[in-house]
Parts: sequence; structure tokens; C-alpha cells
Amino acid sequence: MLTGLTLTEARAGLAARKFSARELAQAHLDAIGRLNTALNAYITVLPEADVLASADAADARYAAGTAGIMDGLPIGVKDLFCTKGVRTTAASKMLAEFVPPYESTVTANLLNAGAVFLGKTNLDEFAMGSANINSAFGPATNPWKRKGDEATALVPGGSSGGSSAAVAAGMALAATGTDTGGSIRQPAAYCGIVGLKPTYGRCSRWGTIAFASSLDQAGPMTRSVADAGLMLEAMAGFDAKDSTSSNRPVPAFHKAVGKSVKGLRVGIPAEYRAPGLPAEIVAMWEQGIAWLKAAGCEVVDVSLPHTRYGLTTYYIIAPAECSSNLARYDGIRFGLRKDAPSLDGVYEATRAAGFGQEVRNRILMGTYVLSAGYYDAYYLKAQKVRTLIKRDFENAFENVDVLLTPTAPSAAFAQGENMDDPVQMYLNDIFTVPASMAGVPALSVPVGLNDAGLPLGLQVIGKHFDEETVLSIGGALEAAAGFTHTPSVHAGAGA
Amino acid sequence: MSYTIEGRTGTWEIVVGLEVHAQVISHSKLFSGASTTFGGDPNTQVSLVDAAFPGMLPVINHECVAQAIRTGLGLNAQINLFSRFDRKNYFYADLPQGYQISQFEHPIVGKGTISIELQNGDVREIGITRLHLEQDAGKLLHDQDPTKSFVDLNRSGVALMEIVSEPDIREPEEAGAYLRKLRQILRYLGTCDGNMEEGSMRADVNVSVRKAGEPFRTRCEIKNVNSIRFVMQAIEVEAARQVEIWENGGEVDQETRLFDPGRGETRTMRSKEDAHDYRYFPDPDLLPLVLEQAWVDELATKLPELPDAKRARFQAEYGIAFYDAGVLIAEQAVADYYEAVARGRDGKLAATWVMGDLFAALNRTSNTIETSPVSADALGKMLDLIADKTINGKIAKEVFEDMVETGESPDAIVEKKGLRQVTDTGAIDAAITAVLEKHPDKLAEYRSGKDKLFGFFVGQVMKETKGKANPAMVNEALKTHLDA
Repeated sequence: MLTGLTLTEARAGLAARKFSARELAQAHLDAIGRLNTALNAYITVLPEADVLASADAADARYAAGTAGIMDGLPIGVKDLFCTKGVRTTAASKMLAEFVPPYESTVTANLLNAGAVFLGKTNLDEFAMGSANINSAFGPATNPWKRKGDEATALVPGGSSGGSSAAVAAGMALAATGTDTGGSIRQPAAYCGIVGLKPTYGRCSRWGTIAFASSLDQAGPMTRSVADAGLMLEAMAGFDAKDSTSSNRPVPAFHKAVGKSVKGLRVGIPAEYRAPGLPAEIVAMWEQGIAWLKAAGCEVVDVSLPHTRYGLTTYYIIAPAECSSNLARYDGIRFGLRKDAPSLDGVYEATRAAGFGQEVRNRILMGTYVLSAGYYDAYYLKAQKVRTLIKRDFENAFENVDVLLTPTAPSAAFAQGENMDDPVQMYLNDIFTVPASMAGVPALSVPVGLNDAGLPLGLQVIGKHFDEETVLSIGGALEAAAGFTHTPSVHAGAGA
Repeated sequence: MSYTIEGRTGTWEIVVGLEVHAQVISHSKLFSGASTTFGGDPNTQVSLVDAAFPGMLPVINHECVAQAIRTGLGLNAQINLFSRFDRKNYFYADLPQGYQISQFEHPIVGKGTISIELQNGDVREIGITRLHLEQDAGKLLHDQDPTKSFVDLNRSGVALMEIVSEPDIREPEEAGAYLRKLRQILRYLGTCDGNMEEGSMRADVNVSVRKAGEPFRTRCEIKNVNSIRFVMQAIEVEAARQVEIWENGGEVDQETRLFDPGRGETRTMRSKEDAHDYRYFPDPDLLPLVLEQAWVDELATKLPELPDAKRARFQAEYGIAFYDAGVLIAEQAVADYYEAVARGRDGKLAATWVMGDLFAALNRTSNTIETSPVSADALGKMLDLIADKTINGKIAKEVFEDMVETGESPDAIVEKKGLRQVTDTGAIDAAITAVLEKHPDKLAEYRSGKDKLFGFFVGQVMKETKGKANPAMVNEALKTHLDA
């Protein structure tokens, strides 16, 4: 089954000429054709001829012995990465017809490594959301179903919900995501795949549509931890066009997987044992701790005292930045324009028509917290707390190599649930937001199913630029968990 | 206090501070690689960053940073090794990002001073509060279509230095002197061309009035005044308007106003209630700007000589007067010209020639110092001809006019026209003999005690030699002849 492979397996199969890149691409295009109506994982599927032409070029490189590390591997691209000549919407009416004349650095890096793009995956509008329900192109749906309840559509998580659904359902071998407060890790957990948010600065932000600049970070969403390492190698690297990009060398991340974790110190942050945390989440966390102990890790209790302020602080800083970042969508130069008799009228009409409710909420919150008279009480205080949160991690990492936590406080919920109370929705990010605030790398690994048969993920958080240790621990969890379940909606199902 | 307004209730003084926006001289914009050349066709010098396309990011242009540091050094100001860029958020069609990247809390340059000189010779120090870097906006064109406005983004993202003065200015004349001095320093540094007509230097003028000894009263800001003359006029009319309000028992509102030079008045642009809340916050796309002291020091050592220092040196080195030195250093090009003429020569004589005959010739022929028909080298050679007595001062004027007209070297002109000074004692003696023979009556008068006639004889001998005789030698020889 070509659509069920990992990147690593597919790369090996292509190199051994067991199948061609064209066959691999065609299998995925077929899967998308069958499943996308149900899952709405892709907003835009690339024309078949273009996909196959890319695959043919990859086959030629294999024949010539010049194949790159992602060569011929068909992947999905979150529709937040600008792709040259390919419509890039950010799942917003504002950019519904926007075709960038440039390629984002991350996708250019992937193309240079030989990757074959299948299309642009669904997301919450401008990456704002935790359920992929805020898309102007309709929600993406989780390919997993509750046991005995095939009828209820579940959310794939968000904002990178199209990517997680596509990878889980066999509509792409892997996909890019972006993570601002958990937008890679939480959908990965909800869809039973691996998602890695690298250290802030590891991947260039150039050409990726901004949500909150100090938090946004691109990363891989894959079927294995080794795949996440492989794909990050292709995505990462210094970019002079992004002043916040790191010039540290990019290690061979995939080699970190399989390395012994014996003697590594794993911290268990007390503050993540939130009251009301479902028993199934606690149980899975305990299981993860037991697996790592068995693998020779030393498990240590640690404290991240400012964790409880993480979510509130995040929902000040991220909207503040977004309110400014989204000011450029004014109807003047590109994207949607609604004409009106005055300039302010054009702004009002365009932005009212172009932005969905959640985006408007966040722009308003952000505008409020930056306003004269409120700045000190909200934005400035939030920045100070952010510094304390970072310090918590630094202190913890003086004693431990990684932290282990649940990725999300629940499994995937149904579309329509959690929708009347935005705060309840924001609580989905409670475990993922602190690592974003601190800029440290964090990985979600699928480790089991709950009683309803839905996947659960554990999160491994590491030191700045120490993705390698995170991947090693993630690999150990993956090996112990042996997660091989597939969702009910899958390219291989019933075939 | 020389400038005051006499009101019904007493004497008012004015308090003025200036915010000058100076366009940085650099090839590319503050955060993008697009060209900054003036006068390109609309929207031909716009990068995706300048047009704020999705996902575009700013990257600081280090040459603009260097220019800001040079300017700070030239203003004797504190260079802040840590500074930061903030976003100033507001919506306008000429502002693609919806925010201007500026420096709000931590500017690159702190306190400094400018020393200005007034007509009456008084010298005053005006404090500089700060200098920061920021992006310029684009331009709206309202005259291209009856119903639409057009946007030209060529200027969008060009680097500006905002230079803020302390409220130290007390007269319109001081404001003018401050702007001229600032422009002179910027031009010397090569950090801004100071061209107010093209908008590369613009001033916002903060004006308030008060009675002697009072704390500051409410001020108004007059935006975007684009000539020094208008700045001075705007201060006068705005101060008068405010005095009128206060004296009628009213309150001056803090607001932004515009100066209308045609009607000679200021009027409301934005009241305090309509003032923007710019929601400044640190730009998360940019790291703080951290400078190394060594780089600042290196820029300092390479700084050109500035006007005040050059003026003092010209006085000391070339023995010229304070006023003359001021005229000669007003523009860097004139100073360079003068110095090329004066170096190794009689500095005072060089100053006389440059400020007199040269300036007159430039004026007459509509030339600037850069297009002068007489090069500094040629003028210097002419002074050499005077010094080595090849020609005298009177003949030199004739030679100079010929140089202006033909562009030929002074040597060639002297040779061509046979203007070489006569230093042959025999020829001078012969001329004297001829003159004395022609004027026996005057000779008799002289010898009977009318000493004043000596000058008459000198003139006649010069005439006899067609002006070419060396005047000193004529004097000496005449004395011998007359007293014989």
C-alpha cells in the first residue's frame, strides 16, 4: 500500500526502484480523489499533470543518482505557506483568490530536496483555531471516528487540521504545519500522527503568512518520529530574509531516532497535572513515564510555576501581534476588495467581508490589549510573564534533558462541541502553549487509543535547539507504544 | 529675549521644538533591497516587502544604521548601543503594512546639541532630544482620475531619520538657523541631501506661547512644513493665534495643524479627540539593534570634518575672519574649493578672490561651485602668478575674467596677452623719464613740497607701462628720480 508508507520507507523504496515516484504520486492523487470530499483536508489540489511532472523529475533524479533527501515524496503543504503560482488562501475569504508570485523559504527548501507537492491543506483561518472549524473553505474532518459512532464527524484539531487529517488518512505521506500555540502538536495528537514544533528560529518564517510573529514556527507532520527528523532537515536552515532565523547548523535529525535514551533525565512538570484532567489522559501519561523508565531514563519531578499563566498570556501576546500582522489585508494591493465611497469604508467593507468571526475576535482582543491605557496592564505584563515562563524552562532544563507531558487535555471532540464558548476552545492549547511561549522544541507522538478508540498523544519538550534529544525520546516512546492503528477513513480501508 | 509678542495682557514669548524627518542617503530602503532613487515612475521601486505582501519580512539595512550613527556623532549625541524597532499601527492607503516600523521607546541616538548662529552674531545651543530610524510611507496621487486616488509606493519603506529638538527655540529666526545648521551638518556628513523641495527633509513644528517665567502651556504641532521660510512664517502666525485665544480667555487645544502658506494661516488637521492611538509595540519580526562600540568608534574616526571645526580651522590655519570663514564653510563644496586655492598660499588673498571675483562670476554666469568655469587649481595658479610678481593685482582681474570666459590657464592668458609684469629696472626708468619729461610743471610743484603728487606720478608710470609695471619697483624708482 503506497499510501501507507512512512517517508523513510518510501524513500528507500524509490531508491531501490521498487516503485516510481510517479506511481507513488498517482496513488496519493487517487486517495485524495476518493477521500477529500469527506475529509476536506485539501483546499487546493494541484493539477494532476503538475504533480506527475514533479514526480517524473524526481524519477529522473533517482535514475541519475542525484536524488535529494525528500526526493519523490508526495506531501501536503499547509495553505499558509506561500507557493509560487499556486493559490494560497490561509483559509480566508480575504485571500481566496491570492496567487503569490513567490515561494516561501520552507517550501522552497522542500522543493530543493525533491519533495512532490500534492496540494494545499486546510486550516483554521490565518491559523487561528484548535479545531479547523474556522476555515472559509469549510471544516476539515478527522478521519478517526468514535468506536461504534461512524456518523459523528470529529475535528482533526487545529490549526493544521487539514495536514493532520491528510497524513492520517493516507492522502499525503507527510505534510507541513505551522505551530503558534500548538497548531502542529494538537492536531497531530488528535489524528494519531507525529508533529514536531522546532525551536523558534529553526525554520525560516519568510513567505509563511504570519499569525503571531514571535511564536510562529513551521514544522513537519509525519507518520513516524524518524520522518519528522528527516523532513525537518529539509525544511530548516538559516535564511537571511528572516531576521529571527537561526544560523546554527542543521544536524542530521533523523539519526537521533533509535539512539539510546539510557540515562537521560525526563522531567514531569507538576503543574501539568491540572485538576479535572481526564483519567484516560493521566493514565496514558503514566504509561509513557513507565515506558521511558523501562528504556533507562531517569524520571524527575520538576516545577514550571508560571505554567498556569501560559494560556492567558498567550491569548494576549498572540492576538496583539495578529492585530498588527493582519492590518495589511486592507483591500488596497492584493486579495479581497469591497468598494465603498471612502477609504475607511473600503477598509470596513473589505475586512468585514474578508475575515471570519474568530479572526475578528482576535484582532479586536489584540487591538484592545495594545491600546493606550491598557498596554501596561495587558501586553507589557504578558511580556514579563512570558519572560518568567521562559525562565521556568531554563531552570527545569538545568536538571533534566526533556519534559514529558500530555499533548492535549482530551482526544478529538466532535464538530459542534466546544463551539459556544471560545475559552473552552482555547483550553485545548493549555499543554502546548508554554513551549511556544518559551520558543523551545516540542514533539507530539501518538502512543495509544482511548476507550472510544481515538488516538492520544504525548508531548516531549526539549532545550533550545536540542531537537535531537527530543527526537531520541520520541523514538523511544514510539518504539514502546508500537502505535500502528489506522483511522476508519483511510486510503487503504476497504481497498 | 529679542522676539516677543506684545498682547493686551502682557508680553508673550514663544516656545518651539522641531521634529525633522530627514531621508537617509542610501542605495536601498530601510528594510528591503528596493532602490531609493528619486523620481522613478510610480511603483517601479517597490519590493514585495515594501508592498507588505503576505509572509514578507523586514531585514535591516546596515548602511542606514551607519548613516544614523554618523548623524548622531555629527550632532554630538549619545549613540545607544541597544535600540529597538517598534510598530506604529494605523490605517492609511499609503501605508501598506498597516503599521510604520519606527523606534519609539529605544531610539538609536539620544541627547545631543546643535550650535546655531543668529544674524546679530549671537551663538546659541539647541538641544537634540533624540534621533530614530523609521520607514517613510508611500504617496497618494489625487489628481490622476476624477473619482479615484492612486497609490505610489516608491517612497514606501525608504529610511528616514526623525531628529527631535528640545523645546529650546524662542524665535522664528532661531528655528530657521537651526534648520539651516542641521541641513548643513547632514550634507557635510553625506547622510541626507537636505532637499526640502523634493521632500527629503521635512519639519513638524511644535509651537506654544507663555509669559516669562511660566511653565509650558499647551502646544500645537504643525505638520509637514516643507521650507525654512514657511517654518518661520508658520511659527509667527501660530504663536499669534494662540496668544489671541489665551487673551480672549480661551484654551488652546492640543491638536495637529496644517500651515497654509497661501493664506498665511494654520488650521486644524486633527483634534486631540481624533488623535490616533498608535498601539506601539516591539516589532517581533526584528531583533533588537545591538551595536558594537568598536564599529561606532570606527565610524567616528572616518567622520568628515564638520562645519564648526572647519570654520575654526580655517580661521586659525588661513588667518581669515570668523565671518569670512562662515561664508566659506557654508557649503562643503565651497569649503573644499577654497581650501584647494588657499593651501600653501596667502589664505586671506584666496578668501578675497573666492568670495569676491569668483562668487560674482558664478552668479553672473549662473554657475554653482561644482560647475565653476574656473577650477580651484587654476585660481590657485593665478594667485601664484601674483605671488611671484609675474602679474600684479590689477592685471590679475583682467586675467581672471579671461579665465571665466575662455577656461584657459592663467599662464596661457598672460603669455597670449603679454601681460607679464615689467620688472626690468631699465624699462621702468625709461618710463619714469618719459613721464617726468611730459609733466615738468607737476615735477616742479612736487619738488616745491606738494608730496601728494607722488601718487599722480605712480599712476602715470603705470599707464605708460600699460599697467604691467611692478608697483613696488615703480614706487622705489620714482622716489630715486623725484628726490634726485
